[in-house]
Amino acid sequence: MRSSWFRSARSPRHTAATLVSALALTALAACGTSSSADNDGAGGGSSDPSAPLDPQTKVTLTIDCMPPAAKKAELKEWKADVAAFNKKYPNITIDGKSTPGQCEEPARFTAALKAKSQPDVFYTYFTDLQQVLDNGGAADITAYVTDKTVPALGDIDPNVLGVLKQGGKLYGLPTSNYRMGLLINRKLFTQAGLDPNNPPTTWEGVRSAAKAIAALGYGVAGYGDYSAANTGGWHYTAAMYGLGGDIVSADGTKAAFNTALGKQIVSNLHAMRWDDNSMGKTQLLKWGDLQKQMATDKLGMFLAAPDDITYMVQQLGANYADFGMGPIPGGKATLFGGNDYMIKKGSSPDKIKAAIAWLNFKTLTPGKGQFEYARSKTDGLPVGLPQPAFFTGASKTQDDALKAASATMPVENFKAFMDNPVPGKAEPPKAQEIYKVLDNVMSGVLTSESADADKLLSTAETQVNQVLANG
Amino acid sequence: MSAPTLAASGESAGQRPGQPRRPRRIRANTSREGFARALRRNLSAHGFLLGALLCFAFFSWYPMVREFVLAFQKTEGGHTTWAGWSNLSYVFHDPAFWQAWRNTLLFTGLALVLGFALPFLVAVTLNEFRHGQGYLRMLVYLPVMLPPVASVLLFKYFYDPGYGLFNRLLGLVGLPEQQWLQSTDTAMVSVVIAATWMNMGGATLIYLAALQGIPGELYEAAELDGAGLLRKIWHVTIPQTRLILSLMLLMQIIATMQVFTEPFLLTGGDGPEGSTTTVVYLIYQYAFNFNNYGSAAALGLVLLVLLAGFSAAYVRLSRGSED
Repeated sequence: MRSSWFRSARSPRHTAATLVSALALTALAACGTSSSADNDGAGGGSSDPSAPLDPQTKVTLTIDCMPPAAKKAELKEWKADVAAFNKKYPNITIDGKSTPGQCEEPARFTAALKAKSQPDVFYTYFTDLQQVLDNGGAADITAYVTDKTVPALGDIDPNVLGVLKQGGKLYGLPTSNYRMGLLINRKLFTQAGLDPNNPPTTWEGVRSAAKAIAALGYGVAGYGDYSAANTGGWHYTAAMYGLGGDIVSADGTKAAFNTALGKQIVSNLHAMRWDDNSMGKTQLLKWGDLQKQMATDKLGMFLAAPDDITYMVQQLGANYADFGMGPIPGGKATLFGGNDYMIKKGSSPDKIKAAIAWLNFKTLTPGKGQFEYARSKTDGLPVGLPQPAFFTGASKTQDDALKAASATMPVENFKAFMDNPVPGKAEPPKAQEIYKVLDNVMSGVLTSESADADKLLSTAETQVNQVLANG
Repeated sequence: MSAPTLAASGESAGQRPGQPRRPRRIRANTSREGFARALRRNLSAHGFLLGALLCFAFFSWYPMVREFVLAFQKTEGGHTTWAGWSNLSYVFHDPAFWQAWRNTLLFTGLALVLGFALPFLVAVTLNEFRHGQGYLRMLVYLPVMLPPVASVLLFKYFYDPGYGLFNRLLGLVGLPEQQWLQSTDTAMVSVVIAATWMNMGGATLIYLAALQGIPGELYEAAELDGAGLLRKIWHVTIPQTRLILSLMLLMQIIATMQVFTEPFLLTGGDGPEGSTTTVVYLIYQYAFNFNNYGSAAALGLVLLVLLAGFSAAYVRLSRGSED
């Protein structure tokens, strides 16, 4: 909605359009189809949830996140995977649903959940579980996911599976996982006389490297950070985890960031922004802004997930060879996140089994589906990024070897990140609401030289306590 | 009860010779027969009316009713339950609530100072030109023709503290750089300046049309009485355009209290330390970032109640203008 400034014809229409769009979502949600159990599993089904699906069972599955036509290589691989899967399960019909942008757009996703119109196998972010359960959207698949149905189950990082559980019940299977680290521009590191193979691992090191990079001049910033659209709070959380701190107390009822560690983060940012002038003048940045700066060699470092590199290469025309990653400064813990698939509540047992069989084939078997790196290389897709990262043990070893054998980028650039694994830690409860409050801490310190760290943290603490108390 | 007939309505039988025929109107009939006859006679008109009513009902009225209901509901574990006043209570206890209202009222206040006065002054000035007024009107209106997002992004570059045009201009005349959008002191003013530039063309044209409807004799009479420019504006222009000024003022208050696009695009929605968070942006946050539709609807309701008052005043003034 925009202000009218007396434009009687135009602005109210904008206002109305936005309101109607938002409200129409509600209306559509209310008119949505009701959840109903699909009972198209016919013949051959077993009543034992832990038994794998009989290959002769007839099932039709609608599945989110089929690559759109614009992504030719990815779509070709999807179709090839469906064909390969159908060799073993000839009676399972995979009805892929594609979306032109991101696989999950929050507004559309929420509307679909409310209307119970999500596909049988639907794509979610790790942080969506509570919302899905609040809307009665996902089936409990605990009894269906076993070593028989998902042979690599024992090698999936328990922290990752833990995010998809509630009350001891499993509601999803992961397809991807990222861990935050320190993304660097190797070109600028080299120009500034720094070693790009050894990114800094402490905030003192980051400050020192940022100063050296900013000294190159021409508007180059050494270090960048977000402070808008909730991404500032997200990064503050990542930095806090890196130092071993937390955002909320263990019981989730109180803010836990107004501590010496919290102040250390704020003070360090203040020093880099105002004393060293190594963070550039333009602030209030949000996701996408720092990537643009780094892709054009105007930024030396920022906290990021590995797939930011793919974004910079595929969308912004950068080169894989110019980037590297190190572990998050502090290295005590790192924020992780990712995506998974859930199965619609009310699906028949055969449908759940068929969905798990597909997910196992497509997203959880080293060497198959998304992990068929040799094929990805042939198709011109990137191979070598340090994600998805949810395997441990033998599966990880096998996956790393396959990835290295078909890498399309210099994987040694990510050695510092890979060789120093940092334990993953999930986002705090009410993450977005807390991030919004913490945005103020980040924007405060990055836009005001006279920012008072104690006051910023104390105000944010009061507000987060209120957010948590609101329930 | 007898059904009213056409004859009894005075459309034909009761008409005296020479008396002009009244246009046919769709009449409200109390009987089924009369209603059916009227429906048949004006079938196409009713068809068009029905389409419009259905569209309004589905896309406007139903969502509004749903929003009202949603404001008092909560969804948990797949079950929607009656939440009473808890959504409203949540909204009132949100630390961002009062800040958003303060920011919105500041935006509205600044918009009145800048966005209300400036187009009127420009219109008065334009009205004084005897030649080239068409070109000047076009120049004033040009910014309105830019897509809003393009205009906002243009200003974002102008305001950039590192490379922005405004700081370059300040530097040329020896003035210090400003933080513009990146300071709690100037962020909202900067948003208002951008919004005013983007929107003043339309308002200027409306004022200009009103000014050109003022009879020239009034100005001539004022001149004969020895009135200068300011006295003419004060004693002739403002009284003659009082109604349109009042209407535009109310419309602006209603519109500016719903401001969203400019702060969202210029400052990411919150600005430094939340200094540009507006009420509608907070509704957006509740709904699309926090997935808290109940609270979004509740805050929307609060805004609706407030704006309904202004809208009622607007309608009352509009009726006054028709009379």
